[in-house]
Amino acid sequence: MMGGALWTHLAKELRIEWRSLDAIVSMLFFSGLVVVLFSIAFDPRGAFSQQIAGGVLCVATMFASVSALNQAWAREIRHQVLDAQRMAPSPGAELYLAKAIANFLFVSIVQVLLAPFFFVFYNLHIAGQAWLLAAVLPLGTWALVANGVFFAALSIRSRNRELLLSLILFPIFIPALLAMVQATTGILTGESEPTLWIKMLAGYDIIFTTASLLLFDVVFHAE
Amino acid sequence: MTTSAPPEASSSTVCARLDQVSKLFGSFAALRQVSASLEPGRCYVLLGENGAGKSTLLRILAGLLRPSLGAVKVFGESDPHQARARIGYMSHAPMLYDELTAEENLRYFARLYPGRACPAPADVLRQVGLDPSLPRMVGQYSQGMRQRTSLARVLLPQPELLLLDEPFSNMDVESAGQMVELLAGFRRHNRTIVLTTHQRELAAPIADWVLRLRAGRVAEFAEGNPTL
Repeated sequence: MMGGALWTHLAKELRIEWRSLDAIVSMLFFSGLVVVLFSIAFDPRGAFSQQIAGGVLCVATMFASVSALNQAWAREIRHQVLDAQRMAPSPGAELYLAKAIANFLFVSIVQVLLAPFFFVFYNLHIAGQAWLLAAVLPLGTWALVANGVFFAALSIRSRNRELLLSLILFPIFIPALLAMVQATTGILTGESEPTLWIKMLAGYDIIFTTASLLLFDVVFHAE
Repeated sequence: MTTSAPPEASSSTVCARLDQVSKLFGSFAALRQVSASLEPGRCYVLLGENGAGKSTLLRILAGLLRPSLGAVKVFGESDPHQARARIGYMSHAPMLYDELTAEENLRYFARLYPGRACPAPADVLRQVGLDPSLPRMVGQYSQGMRQRTSLARVLLPQPELLLLDEPFSNMDVESAGQMVELLAGFRRHNRTIVLTTHQRELAAPIADWVLRLRAGRVAEFAEGNPTL
């Protein structure tokens, strides 16, 4: 059962990000670059752009998020704040969930800011049910950050933690990435039904969030 | 710094007990068969060279490390982590967020102790000689100010066992003296203090017992003054 510490952690995360804008600014620049570079590398006109746009959006989000997720626990490691949190009697799962929600909000803000540029650069016209994107993008983003925050915590005691996070996170994220790309492409082109992929994303989120919540205390209190 | 009047800690004969505790990091033994009993309302000063095992011992008492061999009991719990709400641990590092003010840091940590009656963060900051209205972030503080804020964070949930790793480092003599006075007030209220220091003369006024470690072993555990 989640208690008041969840909101305490979340308020702290949002306050620190509001002051520094570290995560949002770095993700915005990174994902913006990916979108622009792909639009230069491939001819972004006609049906082809509709086919690849979903993949480009997901990959841009994924790489940008990893740059932020790598720093998700940096402030806790810097001055051993994590030890102070481990000494407190509140459950570690609340800290995990607050970090995941905060990162979800940061990535979502980046996606909202990036969306207009994305549609302009790829000359997109949504042929399917546009409102379904409001389900696909949050579900896919949650799949990324829920796992990312957990595995970033798992790798904080490693010297090569930035490399380790990518090595663990990307293979585990593949099913969610596939579902996200297929659903987004289905919505943009209108050629396939995205419902099954959305259900798969939702199932993935439930399974991995539950597992992370259950296992986080073990990771959190590891020596 | 002003001394406050924290509520009396529960009185029992032993606050913490270490029984043949060893800690191995790979093949390196940081602690070897350390045994000690800590009584409430006493101040224990841990002495020893760098690498003698002082910090490791404090982290074991805090429940942040588990002993490789032997047993630890803190407030009757065989896993000190179960008693963590009653333990205050101050490390070399400030254990604070640089991007928050001292009061914001303290308010954040106070909310992580829902079962404890934490005093107002501003009052605790005044106790350690800091101005709570200071608008600066902790990242812009001097080392000494960070150290005081760190002590304020430790004192906030009114712990019954205070574990302080080098509390006087980066402090001028006057501030260190004020900190000793504050700790003496805590000890008078039946709270146990275990501290490590290389500045023995600063700890002398409050020291009841001296535990000297050498290469992870107890070289001396005696009542008295650490300067002797």
